[in-house]
Amino acid sequence: MATISSVRKFIQGNVLAQKQNVTLSDDDDIFRLGFVNSMMALKLVTFIEKEFNIKVADDELDISTFSTISQIRQFLQRKLGNPIES
Amino acid sequence: MKLSLTPEQTAAVEGARAFARARLHPRVTEFEERGVPKELVRELGDAGLLGALVGDEWGGRPLDPVTWGLVTEEIGKVCCNTRYILTVHASIVAGTLARWGSAAQKSEWLPRLARGEALAAFALSEPDVGSDAASVRTCYEKTDDGFILRGAKRWTSLGALADVFLVIARDANGENGRAVTAFLVPRQLAGVRVEPIRGMMAARGSHIAELHFDNVKLSRADAVGRPGAGFTYVTSTALDLGRYSVAWSAVAVAQAAIEAMVSYALRREQFGRPLQDFQLVKAMVGDAVTDTHAARALCLHAGELRRAADPEAIMATNVAKQFAARVATRTTAAALQLHGANGLSSDYDVERLFREARVLEIIEGSTQIQQLLLGDYGLQTYARATGYP
Repeated sequence: MATISSVRKFIQGNVLAQKQNVTLSDDDDIFRLGFVNSMMALKLVTFIEKEFNIKVADDELDISTFSTISQIRQFLQRKLGNPIES
Repeated sequence: MKLSLTPEQTAAVEGARAFARARLHPRVTEFEERGVPKELVRELGDAGLLGALVGDEWGGRPLDPVTWGLVTEEIGKVCCNTRYILTVHASIVAGTLARWGSAAQKSEWLPRLARGEALAAFALSEPDVGSDAASVRTCYEKTDDGFILRGAKRWTSLGALADVFLVIARDANGENGRAVTAFLVPRQLAGVRVEPIRGMMAARGSHIAELHFDNVKLSRADAVGRPGAGFTYVTSTALDLGRYSVAWSAVAVAQAAIEAMVSYALRREQFGRPLQDFQLVKAMVGDAVTDTHAARALCLHAGELRRAADPEAIMATNVAKQFAARVATRTTAAALQLHGANGLSSDYDVERLFREARVLEIIEGSTQIQQLLLGDYGLQTYARATGYP
């Protein structure tokens, strides 16, 4: 079963691999911290759709939706209608 | 790479080849001089060449990414100006709208775009904004019932002919970088002004234009996606679709250059022998074949990842675009060189192919921008393999 840890791992693997001494908390805004460019943002959405077998709708397309791991978790819980495990 | 295509995929590719041979090849020079005619758009729609990224429910004729790429190659090999319609209208705008458009936008526009009843263009670049696309100056202000759009766009392919524009603009009062929105702007709206751009080195028949938006009134329903998400998601989607199409377009131009090289090498004689007998000529052809096959393989790889909705498809598309565009430049330059002075004449296709190839290293992310993106990607992707940190 897909969990939020897979999202965390994906973000860390894609934006933090070359950075020393950087940790990411679930409430860190990956956009404001400069870790994510627009291509990475699209890649993240594609990953989430595939991992959780969902389709992000046009009216869900808000930059804040995917800005933190906590926000992503809340979005997925709303979308899937059940709690997302850590 | 031996492709295993289904009968339906084969039919789509062969249909595109037949269309290109019958309807485009005889008119390439005419399109260069006068531009592609509006009726050709309808003809492309009738032939099922505009609805590849549009679902059945919206009147499209969906094709998987690999087949769509092969179709783009068939059209692009024969006529670059027509291929712009596949890239801009059918890939960038229709594809982005199919992905992020509202139900109302889809039902209003997608059937018309798929049939070729309306032509669409993508308006991102500006007089002072090119590679730094996130810094667009065209702006909008929110009103009680919608938006007011102001600004100018430049280098808009199909702009002089299009019926609707997908326009990227920033919130005049918003936070930088988080306040870009995409809008569908019908051409007939008051305040929209179109100025064709002449004197282009290439893409001469693709109706490149400068667009002006002088206090254009838009409704809330004209925004594509939520206001503020226009660059991060909508523009990225558009550029990703565009890069995939341009990558295949580069393969098309390179393949056409190879065929021109071979044709010339077989027929042209110097020193009492056909050019094909000279070892340096063989080397040129060999390099062109190697390059072009490699570029096509990268495009096919990107296409397979796209078909699987794999997140890695985005970077694979960048890799394919960057490599294929450079291959198009190298291969058309070699083809022109092989032709000698004849290659400088519009009597020979290589003169046009050489010009068209140069565009492909500039549009949808220049080669240098791609290098930076791919450099970052490489550092990220392979850092762990080195045991870092």
